[in-house]
Amino acid sequence: MLIEEADFGTPIRVSETRVTLHIDGESVSVPAGTSVMAAAMQLGTKIPKLCATDSLEPFGSCRLCLIEIEGRRGTPASCTTLAEAGMVVRTQTDRLAKLRKGVMELYISDHPLDCLTCAANGDCELQDMAGAVGLRQVRYETGDNHFDAAHATPKDRSNPYFDYDPSKCIVCNRCVRACEEVQGTFALTITAKGFDSRVSAGGTDFLSSECVSCGACVQACPTATLIEKSVVAHGQPDHSKVTTCAYCGVGCSFKAEMQGDRLVRMLPLKAGKANEGHSCVKGRFAWGYATHKDRIVKPMIRSKTTDPWREVSWGEAIAYAAAEFKRIQAAYGRDSVGAITSSRCTNEEVFLVQKLVRAAFGNNNVDTCARVCHSPTGYGLSKTFGTSAGTQDFKSVEQADVIIVIGANPTDGHPVFASRLKKRLRQGARLIVADPRAIDLVKTPHVRASHHLQLKPGTNVALVNALAHVIVTEGLVDEAFVRQRCDLREFEVWARFIADERHSPEASEVHTGVPAAEVRAAARLFATGGNGAIYYGLGVTEHSQGSTMVMGLANLAMATGNVGRPGVGVNPLRGQNNVQGSCDMGSFPHEFSGYRHVSDDATRNMFETLWGVDLSPEQGLRIPNMLDAAVGGAFKGLYVQGEDIAQSDPDTIHVTAGLAAMECVVIQDLFLNETAKYAHVFLPGASFLEKDGTFTNAERRINRVRQVMSPLAGKQEWAVTQELANALGYAMSYADPAEIMDEIAALTPTFAGVSYAKLDERGSIQWPCNDKAPNGTPTMHVDRFVRGLGKFMLTEYQPTDERANVRFPLILTTGRILSQYNVGAQTRRTENTVWHPEDVLEIHPFDAELRGIRTGDLVAVASRKGEVSLKAEVSERMQPGVVYTTFHHALSGVNVVTTENSDWATNCPEYKVTAVEVRPTNHLGRWQERFQLEDALRKRVVEAAE
Amino acid sequence: MSANDTEKLAHMANQIAAFFAVYGEEEAAAGVAEHINRFWSRPMRAAFVAAGGEQTDLAPAAARALANIKT
Repeated sequence: MLIEEADFGTPIRVSETRVTLHIDGESVSVPAGTSVMAAAMQLGTKIPKLCATDSLEPFGSCRLCLIEIEGRRGTPASCTTLAEAGMVVRTQTDRLAKLRKGVMELYISDHPLDCLTCAANGDCELQDMAGAVGLRQVRYETGDNHFDAAHATPKDRSNPYFDYDPSKCIVCNRCVRACEEVQGTFALTITAKGFDSRVSAGGTDFLSSECVSCGACVQACPTATLIEKSVVAHGQPDHSKVTTCAYCGVGCSFKAEMQGDRLVRMLPLKAGKANEGHSCVKGRFAWGYATHKDRIVKPMIRSKTTDPWREVSWGEAIAYAAAEFKRIQAAYGRDSVGAITSSRCTNEEVFLVQKLVRAAFGNNNVDTCARVCHSPTGYGLSKTFGTSAGTQDFKSVEQADVIIVIGANPTDGHPVFASRLKKRLRQGARLIVADPRAIDLVKTPHVRASHHLQLKPGTNVALVNALAHVIVTEGLVDEAFVRQRCDLREFEVWARFIADERHSPEASEVHTGVPAAEVRAAARLFATGGNGAIYYGLGVTEHSQGSTMVMGLANLAMATGNVGRPGVGVNPLRGQNNVQGSCDMGSFPHEFSGYRHVSDDATRNMFETLWGVDLSPEQGLRIPNMLDAAVGGAFKGLYVQGEDIAQSDPDTIHVTAGLAAMECVVIQDLFLNETAKYAHVFLPGASFLEKDGTFTNAERRINRVRQVMSPLAGKQEWAVTQELANALGYAMSYADPAEIMDEIAALTPTFAGVSYAKLDERGSIQWPCNDKAPNGTPTMHVDRFVRGLGKFMLTEYQPTDERANVRFPLILTTGRILSQYNVGAQTRRTENTVWHPEDVLEIHPFDAELRGIRTGDLVAVASRKGEVSLKAEVSERMQPGVVYTTFHHALSGVNVVTTENSDWATNCPEYKVTAVEVRPTNHLGRWQERFQLEDALRKRVVEAAE
Repeated sequence: MSANDTEKLAHMANQIAAFFAVYGEEEAAAGVAEHINRFWSRPMRAAFVAAGGEQTDLAPAAARALANIKT
């Protein structure tokens, strides 16, 4: 069955005041501000409409939703008429029917009558309305002012995911409004006048336009004017399930619409709390990787990494992996093996891998890819607030008045949240951007940052200290909040520390490069502008002072009283879909699920009792420690779940040296990734479409992932981990992921109230969910911090060891872009490559001119660690002295250049600061040349005989 | 553990000491020890302590922390 969500025609309003009116003789009570159209829909009365849909503000253009109101003249549009107390409305009269039929006749006279062969057949509102009003004939001739097939404007098929057929446009403006109101890009408009008027992507084709392919226009279109290519190719889906996107940490809910086992399209779910019906190009369209020909669907083994892969049965692969891990532990000791869990996998899968390590390997050598992204968030927020998570839900941004975005680029990295943020900014909230680059948010249609603090990479802590200095020294501290909610002694020590002149904006300017006056103005705005909310990303955490900076942001929020209510808070924007969840599930080597240290006897005893095995009280190795130990000869075996450390982790040469030194590397993944080149066992993974489970997004929201197609390799990943544990001699016997979640709930206080039954009933739950908060916790630290009193930490600025000098005068910083995701394993196997076929180096015109570099030139990027070549893109988004690139393509080898420097507290790598020199070149770097030579060689597969 | 490894551990300890330095030497030494005891694996702690006296470039708080690191 296809899941259909009701369309109320206009947005659902929220008001404590209710009004009661009468529609077609029935009484209905609605919140003040509700349209008559939406009020009627509450009674189940669908007033005919074309230009109205409840994701958009009422427009009143189609003249189909006319009504009669007792005591009033005329026939007003029900979408733009607000319900009033005592109002008596009629939605069906002879006069209305005649008017509607006339309107429909005009629409259809200017529309192709090819319904039977139209891709929208069966899902077309125009067709539905023609039926609803009883249109039986069109009296107008073709030609001149009416549709003429011979002279119809040709289709625009330039976008890889949807077609635009101008001849089917009814000029309802829904797409234009969706682009403005929902997405906030303003890429579409209506061109020409009268019968010639049509939607236009700014006078060019869609692919060349400013359109970001979020799909909002396609979703809003009531006809086949804008329609998914997949629907054109396959026809209408016939059943659907609600599931969760497997891309970024926003965690959008989608309806996966299917024909049999084939995914036809992903439609964002209006009831999805994280996205409220919106989507981005990745979640909406870039799911083709799931059935890409590169998928590895048979288990494989090889004794040496120079051998070709040999396809084997599941039983042989698992037995081989288990025997190897046992052999290694017997030869080199219990601590010589470990595992890495993945933020792309479900909570249940991650929980099982860390359980395998602790219970079957008998050590705590488990870490997760959050090590290289948000581990400082966990450390910093634990120290200050008492728990490792963001404080708000995404909806909170609707009540923010002043928003700091620091070290994050939401329009590229978290686009659906960015749309909600931009909507709030268009309503008047003020924005402070702190970023070395002029990211899109600094100046985008109808949004302009009040302050862009364009700091030098590596100076975050100096900047946050300067902001706090102004707040303390200018008497802007929220003293009532601090007195009531924070540890006063710690605050007083901090206030004295931060008031010191060395933290002033004037003294900090030499480090940050940000004019002191700008910092002072930004600080005053944040402290006095109403609800202040902080959103940050990896530009905060991926530094040698990443944890210090997270604490600095927490200090700032506490000092200004911006914690514990909607509209405020400290909000990490998580990179991958389940970063929050993989951390919650006990993926770190020092803690069990729920962030409890392995040395805590009471906690460990609880796990030991349920798991029936003694557990080590000693924390294990982090990823960098594992690699160091491997190079040193003490660490010999690794189980990698859905990660590609050979591409994503810094200092590639060191990472691959560590992998090459191991005797058994087991990869569980969809594709033969870069890490698999150093592996001995390959266990095929299952895409998010092939399995059941849960993801937890950046707002702590636990969302269900639901299987919509059979696993291509025949097994879901949790089942493979279970078989490996059993082969290692530790019994696991879960029947399904729901049972795993039950165990998580039994062992994890913040998940105590979570179950699949409750998730199915409520749609999603934000942890903590337990006896104190049975329906979850949208806002944390409301009356008290999790740790009791908020703790101010001293955050002295320490310049990074990585310094620019004469030999390496530029600072390289890395990040990602809208169309690609992380190492690109998924997005590179979709049509998204049309927007980003390769990684490029952004460089300021001044630096480019100095070096004789033009856009498109091949340039060598050399650091103390290595050298690679990329094409240059001269860009004024950069500041002089800073260059930028992405790491979505393996051949780019960007992490050959990045260093081993890391955060002092968590070892999170310092991706954001690498001193480099850039020069024109005519060849690839040596590492890249070797990559080209070895790529195919290391991926050879010998297929099993049938 | 190689010389490279102990050098790396000393560098990591110095980074931790640099964060805690602002708290004063005594509190900083306690902070360094607590952090290392909580987050470093036993072999890393043992190697760091074993190299103790030889690490001439250790920050004062890191050097003072050595005595309180569990091995």
